[in-house]
Amino acid sequence: MQPTDFSLRGAIEALNEGLVSSVELTRAHLEAIEALNPRLNAYVTVSAEQALAQAKASDERRAEGIAGPLEGIPLAIKDLFCTAGTRTTAGSRILGNFVPPYESTVSGNLLRDGAVFLGKVNLDEFAMGSSNTTSAFGPVENPWSRANDPDTRLVPGGSSGGSAAAVAARLALGATATDTGGSIRQPAAFCGIAGIKPTYGRCSRFGIIAFASSLDQAGPVARSVEDCAILLRSMAGFDPKDSTSVDVPVPDFAAACARGVRGLRIGVPREYRLEGIPAEIERLWDQGLQWLRDQGAETVEINLPHTRYALPTYYIVAPAEASSNLARYDGVRYGLREAAPDSDLRDLYERTRAAGFGPEVRRRIMIGTYVLSAGYYDAYYLKAQKIRALIKRDFDQAFQGVDAIVTPATPSAAFGMDEKQDDPVTMYLNDVFTVTANLAGLPGLAVPAGLDAQGLPLGLQVIGRAFDEETVFTVGAALETAADFRAVPGLRAGAV
Amino acid sequence: MSLDTETVRRVASLARIHLEEAEVARLQGELNGILAWIEQLQAVDTSGVEPMAGGGATRLRMREDVVTDGGIAEAVLANAPDRAGDYFAVPKVVE
Repeated sequence: MQPTDFSLRGAIEALNEGLVSSVELTRAHLEAIEALNPRLNAYVTVSAEQALAQAKASDERRAEGIAGPLEGIPLAIKDLFCTAGTRTTAGSRILGNFVPPYESTVSGNLLRDGAVFLGKVNLDEFAMGSSNTTSAFGPVENPWSRANDPDTRLVPGGSSGGSAAAVAARLALGATATDTGGSIRQPAAFCGIAGIKPTYGRCSRFGIIAFASSLDQAGPVARSVEDCAILLRSMAGFDPKDSTSVDVPVPDFAAACARGVRGLRIGVPREYRLEGIPAEIERLWDQGLQWLRDQGAETVEINLPHTRYALPTYYIVAPAEASSNLARYDGVRYGLREAAPDSDLRDLYERTRAAGFGPEVRRRIMIGTYVLSAGYYDAYYLKAQKIRALIKRDFDQAFQGVDAIVTPATPSAAFGMDEKQDDPVTMYLNDVFTVTANLAGLPGLAVPAGLDAQGLPLGLQVIGRAFDEETVFTVGAALETAADFRAVPGLRAGAV
Repeated sequence: MSLDTETVRRVASLARIHLEEAEVARLQGELNGILAWIEQLQAVDTSGVEPMAGGGATRLRMREDVVTDGGIAEAVLANAPDRAGDYFAVPKVVE
């Protein structure tokens, strides 16, 4: 077994027992990155020297008897988290040379707990996308491929495509990610790994480049539910620097993985049985519910009547907030500046933003600007906020009768890099099962649960009550145990 | 509601995004596609529903009104595309 094959939990144990050092673990991952990243393009920036220095310092701390919960564990950081002294791009030309002078709270929490940062991983530009094809640093390739069509390169999902591809290909033991409409759960499902978007307010947003502030949440991706639980415990916690951070205790999420689902009531939303969803996804969903019944849970049909309005609601709320958040990129204080010799200030703004933002980001800023503009605010933005309230009310009512909700994670397996690119709305449909949890502020976990006929991974999603990630982990771990998902992607460390 | 080319130009101008004339028609088609899809929301009865503005708790915390930071001009200016002393520099705005 190679060091890159450890689970995160397994690596912590091996480090504790002295079977491996952080330097050895880190070096093995850096070598794997060197071998595979030219093909996968998961990392935008590899911090090899810094990672080895952090690993050496970690081994020294351990020798002195000091070891944090993540002591010596090599991780990848989505390039949306500001890292002090390390370039942070948001996958955009407009921030291509931005070096933050400060650390995001979430990445700082990981450093506090002893983690080693291998580098910054790719994403859709400003986290806007479901395919990781909108990055200014080029697309990421999914390490999985179709059994009968191995030459078609597939997307890893998005926006956290670099995080998911890196973890699936064993180029990191885990990674940070963010989720505004499905950006943790959809790529996790496409890459056959686990990922959780926690409750809104669980992780600080300080130092995470903002997309849609009322929806953005940070969370981990890793190769097991328990590994996600370990990472989330370090990432989460109250932060006075984020006014929406919630001051509640951070439980031992990993302990919740072992609780068992006996006696839990699992909701099955009728509205998620969509027309046109592949039969194998329906079958996997039914199989997942049977696994939970076999372990002593009860499954209950529920109604979430406003589900069909969630995506269009999201595509008003998210662009509106994005158009406001992205107003700061004006070529004055940081990032790209584009100007002609005779440009006045306004022309400088307009040229900088036209040159710095890619087509999808420009499109969303335009939609957001339009729906917030005078005369349209009530018809679009206020209407969307009211429907958002109805979507949340649907969940509140459902959770009076159930402890968690189980759905498919995505409406398809990973698709080809050249597919679904013609029409923005087709791409938006990827998030049909995930976006509701963002609108309602609820935790959602994607768990790899099976393979489709082409040998591609498919995931199930567990949605829980606000700040009840523990039950979400309990149900997710039960699904994971029953699924016994052992398939591995063709492109992975040591296999090529 | 469908956007005409004039509105596309106006929105780009509000968003401070330079638009080449050749882009207008394509963008108009894409934006109208998205807006037509969003239009289905008008069918939802939202009478008497309070809008949900934030993602979580309805009330935001207040913090002490005290200075917590400052004196770090070099860090603030470190990424500036252009500077003059301790200031961000831009093209002349006042004649």
